[in-house]
Amino acid sequence: MSQIFHRSANTIARVSIFGAVFFIAGLLGLFAQVNRSPWVTDARVAREQPIQFSHERHVAGNGIDCRYCHTSVEDSSFAGIPPTKTCMNCHSQIFSNSPFLEPVRESFRTGRSIEWTRVHDLPDFVYFNHSIHVNKGVGCTTCHGQVDRMPLMWQEQSLQMEWCLNCHRNPERYVRPREAVFRVDYVPPADQDELGKRLVAEYQIQKLTSCSTCHR
Amino acid sequence: MNKNEQGSGLRAQGSAETRQTGQASALSAQPSALKGSEFWRTLEERAGDPAFQERLYNEFPSEIEAITDPVARRTFLKLMGASLALAGVTACTKQPPEKIVPYVRQPEELIPGRPLFYATSMAVGGVATGLLVENHEGRPTKIEGNPLHPGSLGATDVFAQAAILGLYDPDRSQTLRNLGEIRPWSAYLGAINAALTAQKPLKGAGLRILTESVNSPTLAAQIRDLLSRFPSAKWHQWDPASRDNIRAGAKLAFGEYVDAQYHFDQADVILSLDADFLGAGPGGLRYARDFSKRRRPEDAEHMNRLYAIESMPTSTGARADHRLPMKPSAIEGAARAIAAAAGVAGARPTGAAQDKEQKWIAAVAKDLLGHRGRSLVIAGESQPPAVHAIAHAMNQALGNAGKTVVYTKTAEAEPVNQLESIRDLVADMNAGKVDLLVIIGGNPVYTAPADLKFADALNKVQLRSHLSLYDDETSALCQWQIPEAHFLEAWSDARAFDGTISIVQPLIAPLYGGKSAHEVLAAMSDRPERSGHDLVRDHWKIDKDDTAWRRWLHDGVMPNTAYAPANVTANAAAVGSGPMSPATPAGALEISFRNDPSVLDGRFANNGWLQELPKPITRLTWDNAVITSPATAARLKGSEYPAFQGGEHGQIIADVVELKLQGRSVRGAMFAVVGHPDDCVTVHLGYGRSRGGRIAAGAGFNANAIRTSSALSFGSGVELTKTGDTFSLACTQYHHLMEGRGLVRAATREEYLRDPKSVHEGPGMEPPPPKTLTLYPEVKYDGYKWGMAIDVNACIGCNACVVGCQSENNIPVIGKEQVLRGREMHWLRVDTYYRGQAENPETYFQPVPCMQCENAPCEVVCPVGATAHSSEGLNDMVYNRCVGTRYCSDNCPYKVRRFNFLLYQDFDTPALKLGRNPDVTVRSRGVMEKCTYCVQRINAAKIDSEKADRKVRDGEIKTACEQACPADAIVFGNLNDPESRVAKLQAETRNYALLAELNTRPRTTYLAAVRNVNPELGE
Repeated sequence: MSQIFHRSANTIARVSIFGAVFFIAGLLGLFAQVNRSPWVTDARVAREQPIQFSHERHVAGNGIDCRYCHTSVEDSSFAGIPPTKTCMNCHSQIFSNSPFLEPVRESFRTGRSIEWTRVHDLPDFVYFNHSIHVNKGVGCTTCHGQVDRMPLMWQEQSLQMEWCLNCHRNPERYVRPREAVFRVDYVPPADQDELGKRLVAEYQIQKLTSCSTCHR
Repeated sequence: MNKNEQGSGLRAQGSAETRQTGQASALSAQPSALKGSEFWRTLEERAGDPAFQERLYNEFPSEIEAITDPVARRTFLKLMGASLALAGVTACTKQPPEKIVPYVRQPEELIPGRPLFYATSMAVGGVATGLLVENHEGRPTKIEGNPLHPGSLGATDVFAQAAILGLYDPDRSQTLRNLGEIRPWSAYLGAINAALTAQKPLKGAGLRILTESVNSPTLAAQIRDLLSRFPSAKWHQWDPASRDNIRAGAKLAFGEYVDAQYHFDQADVILSLDADFLGAGPGGLRYARDFSKRRRPEDAEHMNRLYAIESMPTSTGARADHRLPMKPSAIEGAARAIAAAAGVAGARPTGAAQDKEQKWIAAVAKDLLGHRGRSLVIAGESQPPAVHAIAHAMNQALGNAGKTVVYTKTAEAEPVNQLESIRDLVADMNAGKVDLLVIIGGNPVYTAPADLKFADALNKVQLRSHLSLYDDETSALCQWQIPEAHFLEAWSDARAFDGTISIVQPLIAPLYGGKSAHEVLAAMSDRPERSGHDLVRDHWKIDKDDTAWRRWLHDGVMPNTAYAPANVTANAAAVGSGPMSPATPAGALEISFRNDPSVLDGRFANNGWLQELPKPITRLTWDNAVITSPATAARLKGSEYPAFQGGEHGQIIADVVELKLQGRSVRGAMFAVVGHPDDCVTVHLGYGRSRGGRIAAGAGFNANAIRTSSALSFGSGVELTKTGDTFSLACTQYHHLMEGRGLVRAATREEYLRDPKSVHEGPGMEPPPPKTLTLYPEVKYDGYKWGMAIDVNACIGCNACVVGCQSENNIPVIGKEQVLRGREMHWLRVDTYYRGQAENPETYFQPVPCMQCENAPCEVVCPVGATAHSSEGLNDMVYNRCVGTRYCSDNCPYKVRRFNFLLYQDFDTPALKLGRNPDVTVRSRGVMEKCTYCVQRINAAKIDSEKADRKVRDGEIKTACEQACPADAIVFGNLNDPESRVAKLQAETRNYALLAELNTRPRTTYLAAVRNVNPELGE
């Protein structure tokens, strides 16, 4: 019986089997990269807001502390979005006629809330608590980035579980002294590893990676 | 339970031929040798009927038919294919953008994301229970008991727990209507004003007010004020949840209306005459706490002993050390006999009791006499006034008055004989004397005795208005229907069983513009615009300085408002020798009417949580039934237990029977309950609603149709005929089998004292295997090690924990059709076990949440890691990872995992979204779920303690079930702390783990029941 396939078919078969491995691996890799990309995570994409509120102006320009507006960050799971009243504390005096601030004044007049677009939006099955993180020495900018350089707010990190676990497994790489938690100009020292280990011990930081820590 | 273990062996026994002979008499059969345990759940199980087992194993008979039928199979595959494809596509959605809506002006005390708790009070049947309500950004989400309130002590009943769902019920009446048309409040004010002006010259001769039992001092003052301005007007009361017999009994004994308050913590020997003091009624939560405190066998010297004579088996009878089933009409004779033997002056025994009963009665009387001043006799609300008077006389004669029982003024503002009251009203309406009837709450068209023909009389009234939560049967016959403000939406005040006053404060503004009773009464005054808040404040004379007011609101109680004991003496001679109530002729069937343990008189009929709750003892959901004893059921229809089909998660096919009483008839499904007396049927009220809302529609039959004023609690001469129809009952008692294992443990006090370890000896009880018997490395739990201890000896089976869990953990309601398939979603179930004779078995309740096994069988079979162990020993369930294989549920020996077979959650109804717990994921279709030990509470407490640089204190975390429990039967805590309550309880000798022989090492363990048996009566 004569051969149906030419000898070269062997080589073609070998190359395609070998190639398929790379092809599939490549596809998987591509999928993983796409899944981590801002296209999926919305990281570093500035959001449209009803008012062009600039953290850059208020934080870097005016030096307002995070907690002036985000009042419940030390006590509650939710950091708190300031009520219109907080805006009007200053803006009844400053730029009180600015057309940009008309939605704020309208809200204050009518009693209707300003509807902001959520920037840091965790899935509904994740229960994150701000208060315990700031109490254990996780700084605002560690997760939220250099807010003082954001004219419009964006989400600095991917907020994917991989990113959460990165710190939950190795908190010593990220913690800072409690007194520096709200400092936007904080730069981690060169000896972060050493400082981190000391703070982890001092603040009794646990490496919580059980599912129910966040999911319930 | 787990049929995988022993299934094959038993399956062989239940062959095709035995299937035909399904109705062998189980009553006469002794516990089968095949079954190991002496405990049983159903009569079939007790008899070891192989046909029953075969039916249980044949799990999906209807589905099997569908697959063998080619057309249906093709349709099935098509549908499956389409839904799979759709499910695949929908899985790829991106998170939709969300808005954040802050306050304009934030309330000062509010921290967003942290709940606030407010004290308030809930009144049912004229008695209030103090509550603490959790409020998330203005939305009440969870109700707890108020620890400072004497009627709660931190516990709640099922009604209070379920009130949250009642508040957000989308079926509530939402607009004020006149003859079906939407009208403004001002239109009602105009109409009522005109009618009152016409009444002015008549001094209100044509004006009638009909209320439920009123225990709000402010409301009573308002009504009295109205009556003073219209002296010829009348105030009537009708409240089916109220207690005419108790009131009349007190009047008979003392010559005036007084409330009896019982001190169960002081009582060594208790006799209950058909009183379900643990399960229902005023002070029930307090009584359950006091009673269970005296049940600890570790303190055997102070164990109390409870004797119960009862007809329908209740929680109280289940907890009794000696229970005597009796027809309701026979209890008076027994009460007289005990009274005579206990030395009540003038009491004479009547009727010829049987030998067995005489021995029982003599022993009880002797025990009571041996504990003068430390005993207690209590009569139930369904018993006639004479029995109450006898109970009062006994307490007097035994020296208990002033010690274990004290008498005070009534918690109700205006106690009256309510049957007389509504009878007078109907007579006046029929005589055309009533021009204006204002009905404040209640649903008399549905609840009034059938012979009064309330509806016909009501139609003769010129102007009728009805204030109610629902547009119900009564509203349909009234021109004006006013939506009532729920008690969580309105200001009021209320008295507890001991007289303590609480302010009822609203947790939310009325969702549907409802009005409170105060505001409707104010509309009839000269200042109609006054709000409920002003009315209550004015009543208590609060001026500018409201320090006291704020304190009352904060604490939920007004200090020192409990009644002082009244100095009254029972007229023993008069009551003991009074005429005996007419006895039921021999052979006649007796009927007894009871408020339903879940929906009461029907006022909670549209509450899905309560409808789906397996009722204590009967374990029925969604329906009431014609309840009889197995023997009577056998006599009436030739077989003592209903047919059962559909496998372990199957349904009961019950016979529909017709009940005929005094010319009226109603049809209902017959259901046999062990421990029920013979020749007697019990029916529960509150079902068969014609205008009760979407949930209430179609559930059960209306027993009010045959309930007349001559037989309000019970009567004789009922005729029962088989109709030939059948009806499916959703009874969860048949779900899961014991397979002969020793799942519940109990001993008598003597056995326990002789050898405390004896509770763990018996058929089917195996010791746990040694710790070394595992291939896995030993896990160390260094930090917290959460565990739970459940005291079977304390549990009264009241179900408060089940509803508490449902409320806390956003557990959906699935409907009767799904319960019939065994898909009920409760994370916690209260298993009911029996031991002994079917006529009068011992009853044990065992709540079963997730055991949080250290060697969890569910974890090793999950292919996607959706259930995993936490560092503190919790068996975590990760909903977002779950793909719904259900392997975990199959491998769980405790059957505590619950699967969302369909989209059970209502994601669309806006009102229901408000009531959910924001700290717990709302699960969707295709996801497994189960008890988490309320991990959201654990995490919250841990975060608070970490912030304060301390450890979580013992008792700081209370799971929802523990918090609701009136009997303190559930204790949660840290097992690594030897000083914690749970660690101490788990160290006790009677501690046992469920199915410990499987080496699952459950963190939840149980404390065996110990019954304080009178040696004279024996077992």
